Amino acid sequence: MPKDTGIGASTKRREDVRFLTGRGKYTDDIQTYGECAAVFARSTVANGVIKSIDTSAAAAMPGVLAVFTGEDFADVGGNPAGWLINSRNGEPMKEPKRPVLAHGKVRHVGDAYAAVIAETVQQARDAVEAITVDIEELPALINMKDALAADHYVHDEIGTNQCFDWGWIEDNRAATDEAIRNAHHVTTLELVNNRLVPNAMEPRCSIGHYNPGTDEYMLHTTSQNPHLTRLLISAFVMGIPENKLTVIAPDVGGGFGSKIYHYGEEALVLAAAKKLGRSVKWTAERTESFLTDAHGRDHVTKIELALDADGKFLAFRTETLANVGAYLSNFSTATPTFLHGTLMAGNYTVPLVYVNVKAVFTNTAPVDAYRGAGRPEATYSIERVIDKAARELGMDPIALRRKNFVKPDQYPFTSAAGLEYDSGNYDALMDQMEKIADVAGFAERRKASEAKGLLRGFGVNAYIEACGIAPSNLVGVLGSRVGLYDAATVRVNATGNLSVMVGAHSHGQGHETVFPQVVAEMLGIDPQSIDIVHGDTSKIPFGMGTYGSRSLAVCGSAVVRATEKIIAKAKKIAAHMLEAADTDIELKDGVFSVAGTDKSVSFGEVALKAYIPHNFPLEDLEPGLEETAFYDPANFTYPSGAYCCEVEVDPETGKVRVDRMTAVDDFGNVINPMVVTGQVHGGLGQGIGQALVESTTYDENGQLLSASYMDYTMPRADDLPFYTVDHSKGNPCTHNPLGVKGCGEAGAIGSPPTVVNAVIDALQSGGMNVTHIDMPMTPHRVWSAMQG
Amino acid sequence: MYAFEIERPATIADAVAALQGDDAQALGGGQTLIPTLKARLAMPAKLVSLSGIGEMQGVCHSDDGALCIGGATTHATVATEAAAHYPALAALAAHIGDPAVRNRGTIGGSLANNDPSACYPAAALGSGAVIITNTRSIPADDYFQGMFTTALEDGEVITEVRLPVPETANYQKFVQPASRFALVGVFVAKFPDGVRVAVTGASENGVFRWTEAEAALSADFSAGALAGLGVSPDGMIADLHGSSAYRAHLVAVMTKRAVNAC
Repeated sequence: MPKDTGIGASTKRREDVRFLTGRGKYTDDIQTYGECAAVFARSTVANGVIKSIDTSAAAAMPGVLAVFTGEDFADVGGNPAGWLINSRNGEPMKEPKRPVLAHGKVRHVGDAYAAVIAETVQQARDAVEAITVDIEELPALINMKDALAADHYVHDEIGTNQCFDWGWIEDNRAATDEAIRNAHHVTTLELVNNRLVPNAMEPRCSIGHYNPGTDEYMLHTTSQNPHLTRLLISAFVMGIPENKLTVIAPDVGGGFGSKIYHYGEEALVLAAAKKLGRSVKWTAERTESFLTDAHGRDHVTKIELALDADGKFLAFRTETLANVGAYLSNFSTATPTFLHGTLMAGNYTVPLVYVNVKAVFTNTAPVDAYRGAGRPEATYSIERVIDKAARELGMDPIALRRKNFVKPDQYPFTSAAGLEYDSGNYDALMDQMEKIADVAGFAERRKASEAKGLLRGFGVNAYIEACGIAPSNLVGVLGSRVGLYDAATVRVNATGNLSVMVGAHSHGQGHETVFPQVVAEMLGIDPQSIDIVHGDTSKIPFGMGTYGSRSLAVCGSAVVRATEKIIAKAKKIAAHMLEAADTDIELKDGVFSVAGTDKSVSFGEVALKAYIPHNFPLEDLEPGLEETAFYDPANFTYPSGAYCCEVEVDPETGKVRVDRMTAVDDFGNVINPMVVTGQVHGGLGQGIGQALVESTTYDENGQLLSASYMDYTMPRADDLPFYTVDHSKGNPCTHNPLGVKGCGEAGAIGSPPTVVNAVIDALQSGGMNVTHIDMPMTPHRVWSAMQG
Repeated sequence: MYAFEIERPATIADAVAALQGDDAQALGGGQTLIPTLKARLAMPAKLVSLSGIGEMQGVCHSDDGALCIGGATTHATVATEAAAHYPALAALAAHIGDPAVRNRGTIGGSLANNDPSACYPAAALGSGAVIITNTRSIPADDYFQGMFTTALEDGEVITEVRLPVPETANYQKFVQPASRFALVGVFVAKFPDGVRVAVTGASENGVFRWTEAEAALSADFSAGALAGLGVSPDGMIADLHGSSAYRAHLVAVMTKRAVNAC
């Protein structure tokens, strides 16, 4: 009988009541008296020198209140990269300034060089069209190889288009080269991890407010981590004291990484609010989202896998070009390095790994973390080259993986890429996958497809990822400029209900349901008496937000720690009430009792007593019942999985249909299985989208050809199969109090290579010698590959 | 969107009169024009909405058995009301866009716009339809004059489309994955006096008749009759979603499938 409350219960998501009935409150829903509108003037060329900007006509237009250009922000700071990467030669990465508004040069289509504030959006838009700008267009740098070879630069002041040239693990470079040189067999694959537009359902939106009476600023914004946004604005960009700036991220309609970062529009609306003494709102149009939200992926990689005669892996070696776009977004330098290179040993006992990543500036939108962030790129490279090796060696792809898996008795296991995996059982996941996916029945299904004139393929994949981001001491050594702990405050109100203030930010994940399940389980009370407060820096402790599948593993652990403090304090109060020693007090099912007696008080009575502290021994016992905990993990968590899918390829058109998809994941302990299943479904949809349909295409001049839904394909329900999802084979994380690992990104990490492997298998079954097709495997691409 | 005037006439005569002004633009279901306006890519001084004109609504039959569809009839209405009499046409209408598009978009609007990837031009040309305007009747063979180009004069309004009903017909659409317009769409219609094959989505000149296939199918209405036939990639659209060679290939595949489905 499944639980119906607390840890392990598939409690329905309470936030869905408002989301599904149109009662959510998103940033654009917030209206302030006297609010005015900001509209940005954006570059229509990818690379150019701003010779002059004349805003006089715009300033004289009806309703116009102010016009800003880059000149107005020349003296304020730039938006920094959050992670310092050093090149192989020891030089720090190149960090050109990222200004609030482009100044001197525009560097990608959509780069904002001016902004108009007017009474209405229409008036602001009209005025933007009245700005006269003279931009001398320069040749665009779009292709990464061309950019590295070019003698002109996205940022002239750094004199190169290479941000860094990073090696991991540099000390293993020579040994890896040697292993590959001497190996029995080396499989080589060149591949592209396609650039993706995040496409959050809610476009970015920011409202700046300023109160001249108190000199206080407030920013409503679409953010996954309001405290980090406040810190960046305060410490780096605008110098507003943190105590004078409140950042509020209300309901946020999806982010997938793109709303982790601070963007110039946030600084602009704050500056405008200060100047005008009025609230200033900017809401992105969908085209602006396409052009200016930080994109994801965009790696070009050559990977080599060396094997011995038995199929044991000897070494992985990769060379990757990682596009960072025109400016360094906040996490852009961490994504292709420490979130990617450290995973390049996969689930395997391979002894040597060497990863080289060159990050390249181009005249395209900035690229940053997107659901999975580096780990999908690592998994894709590893799992594609393993599949290719299996074909070359005539081995079964599952058997080849099993031969090289880390085995259950090897944990904690230090991988060749430097991470210490704490727990897992990859063979058990593969066993479960083979069982529930009916792998044995594939041959019959292939026959049935062939009878319809279709080619059926089977693809398999094993992944591991590092999430629960992240141990501050470890990431600090690796170059992070921030800590990655999280925080929670549990406030027990006098009448016995609870407000739990968390540093994590829910933009679809279900925190409002899941965190109360944890607290309710610990206290033995009704989860409906517990509410979550998040997203407002004036209400919550200084947390680090939501990304990297970290909310439950890191912030949830802080919630546990704070609740443990609550229990300890409540026991003291109960002991006082029951005239016993607090070491004799037991908590069970929401009742405090004296061990071995029938003396007890309820949780509600203790809560009330905390705020009516008559007769408290004040020297030993403070009034109140509110506790805060900061939690910094000892290690990443390491979810892993075994995925497989079956596709049908129409040989006449190249159209791929995913017929079935099975995802078996080890997420450790699971708090709410239904929410976890939902997260996996979403990740699978995005992963299949990347594999089959999503293509971000710039032309040679830097125009984004896929800048609307007429040309950028989002996966739709009829592109996706019914999923078989299983997370019953979890091995608890060994170092956090809940034993949880993180599930938000897994589906997007595990599915792309699964689908590609299946398509290759289908084509090979049809006698075609196709060994690789780059994503997205659109009908045209698959058909073209079939033509040879 | 820039500011504009809007008129909502109740009769064809009033609509024609309202369209006489400078920079006046007819508004059908608005499924192309409204997004264009929102992107500030057009700035008509006046929109004349055709959706309130009763005499341009609905589906009926002429004495010669043709299906007569009012120019302001929505795709959803065609999908429902043509189903019994011209199922291939109803099926085509039922797969244009999504429900919101089908409940607003109109047959007249689609044909007047003549998007090279739209579905209705294939049905109209494939059926040998007659496009009836406020001033004249235009055979489909004369009506379509290239991408976004038709025989319509300024201010001329499609009031009705008359489609002869074939013995059998089928439309096969291979969708452009993002927009779900036709990457290639082929409408095959078999009449007592011959077969018509109309292709949308493929050509830089918009919808066209594949006469070679028509001749072969008129002689032998079977997929086998198409063996060895193909259209040249020259003049086919090449874009993000498919090369001209791919589109030419799909024309043959979709034609064969349409015949098989008849």
